[in-house]
Amino acid sequence: MTIELRKLTKRYGTLTAVDAIDLDVDDGEVLCLLGPSGCGKTTTLRMIAGLEFASEGDVLLGGKRVNGLAPRVRNVAMSFQFYALYPSITVAENLAYPLHADKLSKTEIAERVARVSKTLQLDGILNRTPSQLAEGEKQRVAVGRSIIRDPNCFLFDEPLSRLDVQLREEMRGEIKSVLQDLSRPTVIVTHDQLEALTMADRIAVMRDGRIEQVDTPHNIFQHPTNLFVAGFIGTPQMNLVPATLTSAQEDGVAEFSVEGGQNLKIQVDRRICELSAGARVTLGIRPRNLEISHEAVEDGLSTKIDMVEPMGAETLAHLYDGKHDLRVVTDWRVPLTEGEQVHTRFLPGTTLVFTEDEQVLRS
Amino acid sequence: MARKYREVGKAGWGYTALTTVVGFIYFFPVFWIILTAFKTRTDALAVPPKLFFTPTLDNFYSVFFRTSITTGNSQATDMGLYFFNSIFIAFTAVGFAVIVGTLAAYAFSRYPLRGNDTYLFIILTTRMMPPIVVIIPIFLMFRISGLAGSYWGIMLLYTAFNIPFSVWLVKSFFDELNPEIEDAARMDGSTERRVFFGFCIPQILAGLAATFVFGLILTWNEFLFALLLTGVDTRTVPVAMARTLGGEVGVDYGLLAAIVTLFLIPIFFVTFLLQNQLLRGVTFGTVKK
Repeated sequence: MTIELRKLTKRYGTLTAVDAIDLDVDDGEVLCLLGPSGCGKTTTLRMIAGLEFASEGDVLLGGKRVNGLAPRVRNVAMSFQFYALYPSITVAENLAYPLHADKLSKTEIAERVARVSKTLQLDGILNRTPSQLAEGEKQRVAVGRSIIRDPNCFLFDEPLSRLDVQLREEMRGEIKSVLQDLSRPTVIVTHDQLEALTMADRIAVMRDGRIEQVDTPHNIFQHPTNLFVAGFIGTPQMNLVPATLTSAQEDGVAEFSVEGGQNLKIQVDRRICELSAGARVTLGIRPRNLEISHEAVEDGLSTKIDMVEPMGAETLAHLYDGKHDLRVVTDWRVPLTEGEQVHTRFLPGTTLVFTEDEQVLRS
Repeated sequence: MARKYREVGKAGWGYTALTTVVGFIYFFPVFWIILTAFKTRTDALAVPPKLFFTPTLDNFYSVFFRTSITTGNSQATDMGLYFFNSIFIAFTAVGFAVIVGTLAAYAFSRYPLRGNDTYLFIILTTRMMPPIVVIIPIFLMFRISGLAGSYWGIMLLYTAFNIPFSVWLVKSFFDELNPEIEDAARMDGSTERRVFFGFCIPQILAGLAATFVFGLILTWNEFLFALLLTGVDTRTVPVAMARTLGGEVGVDYGLLAAIVTLFLIPIFFVTFLLQNQLLRGVTFGTVKK
């Protein structure tokens, strides 16, 4: 079973919520749709489910076009952001409800409910109604209700957004292990990058109805293809510094004049030599790839420590170079004093260069 | 010294007493009517008003039986029929209105039209003018169509009268529901019919009960249209009551009070039966899920 989206588009009046997206999800693969609110990820999910019909383009399940089909014909399981448990019936009945269309015998239904409740540790709460459940339990029932059938694919809409931090971590692992046993294509919608990075086999980053990049979590983080993905993924956020190229060598060592007047000589991608001197670029570097040094360096900027935020094992420092705020994450043992003048070194080979059209330079 | 803070959820004696007094003032006219129903004509007209008297059931007897002055025979009045008419007409009409209103409200809430709010506003405007303004055209319509004096006619009118109110009230209940539950039911293989009857309706039953009772009270007490559009056989109690006024002996207050007292019973009974639903209905959605 696979999910394929072909030029899928959804328009509401003049607003284009989803704009001609192409996407493939393989059997057993977990794909996360990640993006800020209003980027069209939930609409995309609902079109796969059949709760919304596409304005243009196709949804294919297992190679079959399902555009006009109702959700129940598509045989898709979906779990909702607010769990959507049926309020007037018990947990056991909630779990059994998706089976009612399958014409199963009573014993078989009981068996399946027992199996699911064992997997998700719902045994003790089967006779309660949804209003008597804690948030985490509701979430588990919602997951249970979607895995009790044997659907073609699984869809999760913001599965963890309503849980507190501790439960979220717990459930993340639980959902991940449940999904691994299912070997069906799964699409998870989330705005939480940590959720996406930990649970997904691949991530599709969306913005304004378009997919900006689809790749493995590692590649999304290490090799973002454009400025938006670079800025969106990673906490603390990647530092993005506007600069002008002064000179570039064949081996990728280039000199930049950073906005505010300082010069910077760093190792970047080799394709930098394709650009002519004077080109406007944006340099992107992760806070953990910056190093604080007390001596002046060629491959760094002179900065003042503006604010220090201890984060436990690491310290987040906000540095100011007279024009931009730079976020640096250092080991907690590095002594930092607010107001101190320091130099910030760009570790070689870690800086990304984005051209004026916001695309990354990569050979 | 800091003012003492009252524990939340507990009213003091002062508030309890105040509420009792206000409640008593509101209930007093009703209380007086019920009392009058048990009085003889002399007691009812006594000055100063009597609070203690020997109760009599004569008034209730004469609601249903009239004793002829000349022959001394007692003869049944039509009041039984009028009570049946009131109950039959009000319950059927409000029942229809809630059914139609619920279907319309679901459509307005879940499948909004272009200019949805305009439609809703237009529906509401029908309740903005005093009904007496349209009494002549409605009377003519009923005369020409032959609906005047029939059960169908008055029930149709009351249904139409209650629909705007039902649509608005029930729509607000549907709006409060979490649409994800309906989507989940769809995903789990429910047809649209089952989504509506199996999942939406059960969640707003309390609201429907509240809507029904409010509509019922309005319709139960309606006088103007009943006066003009009902015939001898379809007359409702409020109209029949008005007809007992006047005559050669003046207003028979005891008789009037007895009819009113009997007239209160059905509506009181329904409200009492549905009181829990009513409370939930009117507070629906005030507590977020």
